[in-house]
Amino acid sequence: MSTETVEKTNDQVAEVTKPSEPLFSKKRRQLLSNPLDEDNPITIQVLGICSALAVTVALKPTFVMAVAVTAVLVLANVVISALRNTIPNRIRIIVQLVVVASLVAIVDQVLKAYSYDIWKELSVFIGLIITNCIVMGRLEAFALGNKPWDAFLDGLGNSFGYAWIILAIAFFRELFGSGKLFGFQVMPDGYIGNGVMMSPAGACLLLGVLIWIVRSRSGYVED
Amino acid sequence: MSKFNKNDNKYIISYAIIMTLVFGSVLAVVALALKPKQDAEVLLEKQNFILKAALGEKAMSTMSDEEITALYNETVKTVVVKADGVRVETEEASINVFKEYKKPKDVRELPVYKVYDQADSNKIKAYVFPVYGKGLWDFIWGYVAVEADLKTLGGLVLDHKGETPGLGARITEQEVQSRFIGKEIFNANGELDAPHFQKGEGNTYEGAHKVDGLSGATITAKGVNNMLDDYLAMYKSFIKAQK
Repeated sequence: MSTETVEKTNDQVAEVTKPSEPLFSKKRRQLLSNPLDEDNPITIQVLGICSALAVTVALKPTFVMAVAVTAVLVLANVVISALRNTIPNRIRIIVQLVVVASLVAIVDQVLKAYSYDIWKELSVFIGLIITNCIVMGRLEAFALGNKPWDAFLDGLGNSFGYAWIILAIAFFRELFGSGKLFGFQVMPDGYIGNGVMMSPAGACLLLGVLIWIVRSRSGYVED
Repeated sequence: MSKFNKNDNKYIISYAIIMTLVFGSVLAVVALALKPKQDAEVLLEKQNFILKAALGEKAMSTMSDEEITALYNETVKTVVVKADGVRVETEEASINVFKEYKKPKDVRELPVYKVYDQADSNKIKAYVFPVYGKGLWDFIWGYVAVEADLKTLGGLVLDHKGETPGLGARITEQEVQSRFIGKEIFNANGELDAPHFQKGEGNTYEGAHKVDGLSGATITAKGVNNMLDDYLAMYKSFIKAQK
């Protein structure tokens, strides 16, 4: 990965002969850490809300969804970033869509083969990763203008930012909604599940509270 | 890259063509490579559903995939029948219940799964019949187990493609399916009278043919009722012939 980056650098900006950046420079570490908190795709940019509400009934499918989005986002970011100098500007959105849709189709097929139960549960939402605003957002905003390694880190950072939020919501929804965690009973016997938590409306309430907490901690205010 | 003009139509069109070919072939290769594994998963699910309908959910919940296949191969024998109850020589494995569903009723060939007792291989524990029908948004299907007395419904497994989560999709819940257990499929005169979901939910019904309904999922519940009516009518001659 690093050698590719160096080659590209020499190619494009031959006149600038600054030494190549270390693999984990401060700027690059921030690519990874910013989306977890102060630039979180869900709590700050409010992207990818639909799937955050839909798939978070229980931890297990949520975890699979997080892994699927991570795979798609990271790979799409790297592919688009590697192709960025060849992509004709007029059809760049279509190129992005083809890349994302192909990756999603592959994820869908792999899940169907190796995790059939979860595939049945998630298949609709896996298809909708194509329209997950986080993916297209990162491709447009980042991958088209940055080197593959940076795009890789950005993809990883943003998907982890997405993952921890939906896992947090799923934790509370499964705990209070069905008294379980990852399918194991944790609440005492006779616990009656909270119906609101099982419905997307409950997820909306939880997400609202989460956004509130994160934003009041970081002091972020919408412009 | 500078030798190409990226705004040239020729460049754009060839870019689109090459991109389509590359991604298309990758997808085709992936789909082909994963097909056998996916088919195995579908088969395993079918075996699981059949055994679950016959033996109950509790007996199956702790079994591994290999154990399910082994138990299925050991205890399940199949016959293929037509709506008039006549056996045909078609292989069970070649029958797709969904494709049969699209044919007229009198030419449909349908598999019947005879589940034998694991301890006594001559004793039939249950007959399992596949059923197929329409829910609200898309197809619904399942397996009905009729006990060896040929009138008591021993279990029902339902599945669906696109029913509303939290409403119609509840037909996959164990609690909903278990409402059918112990109901009867024939009335006192020996006529077919499949158990039906009733209107409303939360009621207890005395009769052997009424089942507590699904609140908020009227059309899916009706779909299940129709599906049971249609298919049990087709299996009726077979069931009568077993007596």
